Order: sequence, then C-alpha cells, then structure tokens
Amino acid sequence: MLKIKKKIPLIDQHDKHYLYGGKFGGNFIPETLKKPVEDLTKLFAKLRYDKKFIQERDFYFKNYVGAPTPFVKLNHLTNHLGGAQIYAKVVSEANGGAHKIYNAVVHALICKRAGKKYIVGDTGAGYAGKMLSMAAKKFGLKCKIFMGAKDIIRQKPNCDSIRKNGAEIIPVYSGSQTLVDAVSECMRYWVSNCDTTHMAVGSTVGPNIFIKICAWSTAQISRELIIQMNKEFGQIPKKLKLINCVGGGSSAAGFWNEFMDYNKQQVEFVGVEAGGPKKSKLHAAPLTNSSKIGILHGAAQYVIQDKDGQIGETSSISAGLDYPGISPLHCFLKDAKRARYTSATDEEALQAYKLVSKLENLSPSLEPSHAFAEAIKIAPKLNKNTIICVNSCGDAKKDRAIIKKRLGFFK
Amino acid sequence: MKSNIRIAFEKCQNEKRPALLTYTVAGDNTKKKSLEILNAIAPFVDIVEVGIPHNTPVADGGQIQSSAYRAIKNGIKIKDIFQIVKQFKKNKNTKPVILMGYYNNIYQQGENTFLRECKKSGVDGLIVVDLPWPENKVFSTKCKKQSINFIQLLSPTTSATRMRKILKDSHDMVYYISMLSTTGGKLKVSPKIILKNYSKIKKIIPKQNVVIGFGITEKTIGSLKKADGLVVGSALCKAISSSLEQRKNPVQGVLNVVKKLKAKII
Ligand SMILES: Cc1ncc(COP(=O)(O)O)c(C=O)c1O
Repeated sequence: MLKIKKKIPLIDQHDKHYLYGGKFGGNFIPETLKKPVEDLTKLFAKLRYDKKFIQERDFYFKNYVGAPTPFVKLNHLTNHLGGAQIYAKVVSEANGGAHKIYNAVVHALICKRAGKKYIVGDTGAGYAGKMLSMAAKKFGLKCKIFMGAKDIIRQKPNCDSIRKNGAEIIPVYSGSQTLVDAVSECMRYWVSNCDTTHMAVGSTVGPNIFIKICAWSTAQISRELIIQMNKEFGQIPKKLKLINCVGGGSSAAGFWNEFMDYNKQQVEFVGVEAGGPKKSKLHAAPLTNSSKIGILHGAAQYVIQDKDGQIGETSSISAGLDYPGISPLHCFLKDAKRARYTSATDEEALQAYKLVSKLENLSPSLEPSHAFAEAIKIAPKLNKNTIICVNSCGDAKKDRAIIKKRLGFFK
Repeated sequence: MKSNIRIAFEKCQNEKRPALLTYTVAGDNTKKKSLEILNAIAPFVDIVEVGIPHNTPVADGGQIQSSAYRAIKNGIKIKDIFQIVKQFKKNKNTKPVILMGYYNNIYQQGENTFLRECKKSGVDGLIVVDLPWPENKVFSTKCKKQSINFIQLLSPTTSATRMRKILKDSHDMVYYISMLSTTGGKLKVSPKIILKNYSKIKKIIPKQNVVIGFGITEKTIGSLKKADGLVVGSALCKAISSSLEQRKNPVQGVLNVVKKLKAKII
C-alpha cells in the first residue's frame, strides 16, 4: 500500500519523475512543452518560498477574494436528518462564487512574474474561466478561455461573465464538447503559443506543475477552516468528516490539505464523484468505479477509457465534475487509503440541492450538491458527536436553468 | 544489421534528395482504405508513418484530429493497426513503417506486448508524441533491444544541452519539429530559420538522419529540401477529408498530393 509521508506537503510527495506513489502524475508532454513546463516549475519553486510573493498572495486572498469564507452550522439540515452535526464551509462566498478564484489569482500573479501578457485556461462549469477572466482583468492580462460547446450552452451565466470581463471564449467542438476537450484544446493552444502565453489549468490535473500550483492555491480553504474549527470547537473535533465533490479534484485537495497529517479515524476525507444519470452507464467517477490507470492530459491517473486506451465518454448533470480523469493527488490518496471516494447520481445531487436550499440559507451549485448528497446519506447513521463539514464550493446561479427545468423551482 | 530506416536514408543520399516521409492515420477512413492508401503511395515515399488514432491528442491540429476521430468512429482498434502494417509489409517488406501515436495506447497494451506486436507485424520504428526524453529512456532502450527505432523528437524550445543529451540516446533518425505548433499549423517560421536550427543539430551529430516535420505542404516542401528527410502529415489528412467531402476516392486524392510533393524535392 502506498504511504503518505507526514510533515511534507502532499504536492511534494513525488519521485524524481514527478510521480506520486511511483505511478500517478508525471509529465507526459510533447517535447515543445518541456522547456515552458521546466521554466514554470523553476519559477514556482522559487515563488512559493518567496516572502514577498506570499505577502502578495495573502493580500489578494484577503482583499480581493474575501478570505476567510464563512464556516457555518446547518442547524435545520442537522435537525432534519437527526444524526451527525452538519456544517458547511461556504467557499461559494469567495469573490466570483467558487474556489476557482484561488488558482486563478495565483496563476495571474505568476504570469506577471514570468513577464507574460497573455493567459489562457480551460473551463467546464465556467467558474475556472470566469475567475481567470476576473484575475486577468484585475492584473491587466489578455485572456482566452477554452470551453466545450456543450458547456457553453449549459453554463451560460458564467459565459456571460467571462465575456463581460473582456476575455474571449474559444468554443471547442471536438469529442464530447465538454471539459476534457476544453483541456486538450487549451494544451494544444499552449503548444503553439508557449513563448508568449501562460497557461492556467483549471484544476489539479495536467503536467505536474499545474497540479502543484493549483493545490497550493486552494489550500487556503483548509488553512482558514482549521482556524475556524479551533474557534468553534476549541479543537479539531474527535470525529470529523470532510466531504467534497471531486471533478479534477482542486476543491477537495484544498479542503483537505492542512488536515493531511491527522489520523484518518479522526479526520476522514470523503470525495464524491459524479455518478451521472441514474439509468445511464455513463458516469464521471473513475475512482468509485475502479477505472484503470492511463495517461490523460500529461499525467498518469485513474481514467475512464477502453482497452485500447481511448478515453471514455462521461455524462453528468454537473459540467464541473464531467471529466473522465481525476487528479493524480487523489489517485495517491485513494491508494494510500487516506481518502474514501464514492459517487452521487444526477438525481441524488438534485434532491440534495432541493433539501439544502429549502432548509438553509444556501444555494450550492450542482457540484457541491453531489457532496451534500453524500452528507445526507450518511448523517442519519452517525451520532451527534460526529461533525460533518461539506465544502459548499460553488454557487448555483450558473445552474439556474438546469435546476429549474429538473426541479421546477430555483432558490 | 542495418535497419530499413537507415537503408532508406542512404538510398536518398545517393540520389541526392531528401527522404519523403508521409503520415496517414490507420483506419482513415476505414481499415481497408488506409491500407490501400499506403500501398498506392509507397512507390513515391521513402518511409511511411502510420498514425495510431487517439481521441485526446494534445499535440495535433484540426486535420489530424479529424482523421483520428473518423478512424475511431469507423471502429479501428489497435490490433487492426498491426494487421494493416502486416498486410502492407507483405509485398513491401523493406519499406520502413513507423508507428506514431500517444503513450496511453501503448501503455494499455503493455510496453512489452506492444513491442512484440510491432515486431510480429514488421514495424521499424516508433514515435511517441507525449513520451519525451528522459521519460522515454526505459522504453527506448527496450525498443533498441528489439531492433525497433525509437525516434526522438527535438523542438525549437529544446536547449542546446538538452539536445546533446537527447541525441546521445537517439537511434537511426531524429525528428525536428519546425516550429511552436501543433501538427497542421501554418508554417510561421521562415525556412531559413528552420534550416539554421536543423544545421545546429547536424553539427552536433553529423551522421544522424534528421527529418523536419510540422507545417510542410506542397507550398513549403521545396524550400526545405536540404534536410535529410521531410514529413508531410496534415496535408495528406486534409486530402482525405476533402476527397470524402466531394465523394471521391481518398486513395486518389492522397496519391495526387504525394506525387506533387515528390516532384518538388527531386
Ligand atoms: C463549483 C465547482 N465545484 C467543483 C468543481 C470541480 O472541480 P474540482 O474537482 O477541481 O474542484 C468545479 C469545476 O468547475 C466547480 O465549478
């Protein structure tokens, strides 16, 4: 079994080939990208320990992102389910409405340090794109966002924001026209423009350096949470479950990061993948359904694919989770048994949205609704000494049309 | 023993012309047609590259993507690709065949199984787009042991020190990517600059066969004929696409382009 080392940041637990646990991640990239990836790797290795850079990051996290995001008890939901006490880390209160803002701000700052004026990124739910367009505007960078044609239609509110921020959306028509195709197209664009352009991958996926930058950025979530929990409980609870949806895995990686060294009997990590439509065989849950290891977007990971190595099609009501792969970090956490992964179907996520939005002053997007679905499933079976905290990492405004159509109402 | 690839280059050197390398995707638009294409163009071509279609290609432009998606949609499997090579080699056994693709399609077969199949069907070389040096060290050594050429790629972003190290691990041929681009991009760098970079490689390793690829079409091939070899891919994939659009036979469409390319470099 793979082992996680204590007191070493998770992102640094790779070997000299950038593989976690000797098998996940790496840099499976075309020769042309070797140098830009190396340059970025060196730059980030320096910046992450540079006091001025960290000050700058913290300044923007506080004054621009709005740190800390609230940590609240969901009293009505807790009483309704009658088991564990349920809390939420309301990351959707961050500027822009989701956790994608952390990665976007850090990439924009790095882009400036690298002396580049152009920044490009991929997006599925549109949040990574929206946040990158915000950060680009704030820091005076020209921005292009790659997005699957299907996602452009189903996540229109975020597309409107991207355009309003002055960024260009490049629609991707190949393959399933979703996130997987957007990431491919963005990488292809970078191959052709890496001399002038900085690339920001929207989640903890891609060549190793992008996984590192992203998880390092979202770690802000758990840095805040530890302080908030100590304040609320006087300590880290004796029985704590941190539940997070996983698409690429950036939100979960950030939500769990600072809790990594706690014993898993005390702090359990639960990742919830997209199970897709109830009656469909298509899903976006490579960890839950034991997919095989393959190479996707420059990294080895568990990925939905056929015997020949063609990447498989996925389906999910949630554009942000609709991705056949998963971060090498989560593959590592799974094989080290540090985290447990499960999935929720489209229908379960919708029902979770319904219940949470009815009972609480909260309107989680379809991605975190998957996490709430798992909380709703397990809370009644647990006693009140158990604390469940769900990362409510996105706001549902972008999903208004989908939710209205499926549930007949929108909060 | 000299490899077919080396022999092919020597022949071209004797004829004082660059080698013509073609790239077409296995199974585009069907298994049968792609074999017919190879058979038809072989007399005019020195080395044939056969693309293993992949559905998330991170380094291919629109033309090759279209070919790959078409081939996959029409049901091509890895085992069919080896059959295509085997059939092709039946009557053209010395014409070198290089398979070009992405690592996941090899990784899923298992490196050893994949190489065994290569050997059985007569594959002469491999280009793996997303397995750069030094990540490819283990696999390229395995290839060498099986007398299969592992073809290292170099690009305008490759530093001089890195280039030296890569060339040290190269076999009978290396591939210079002409510009920062996916396949099928417009040639955005002047042939003069491309040839200057090409000369830098030749200076380090004069005896090595260096081919140039990416952005080469009927229009540009003539200006690069000083190179040891020139690879044309997207222009051929495009010929297949437009033949199909016009309901014409893609074999003839590709053959026409190949003949024109050849005429420009002899
Ligand atoms: C609100 C929200 N949550 C979750 C995700 C999934 O991504 P990740 O797993 O990287 O957090 C997305 C992606 O777009 C998102 O917008």
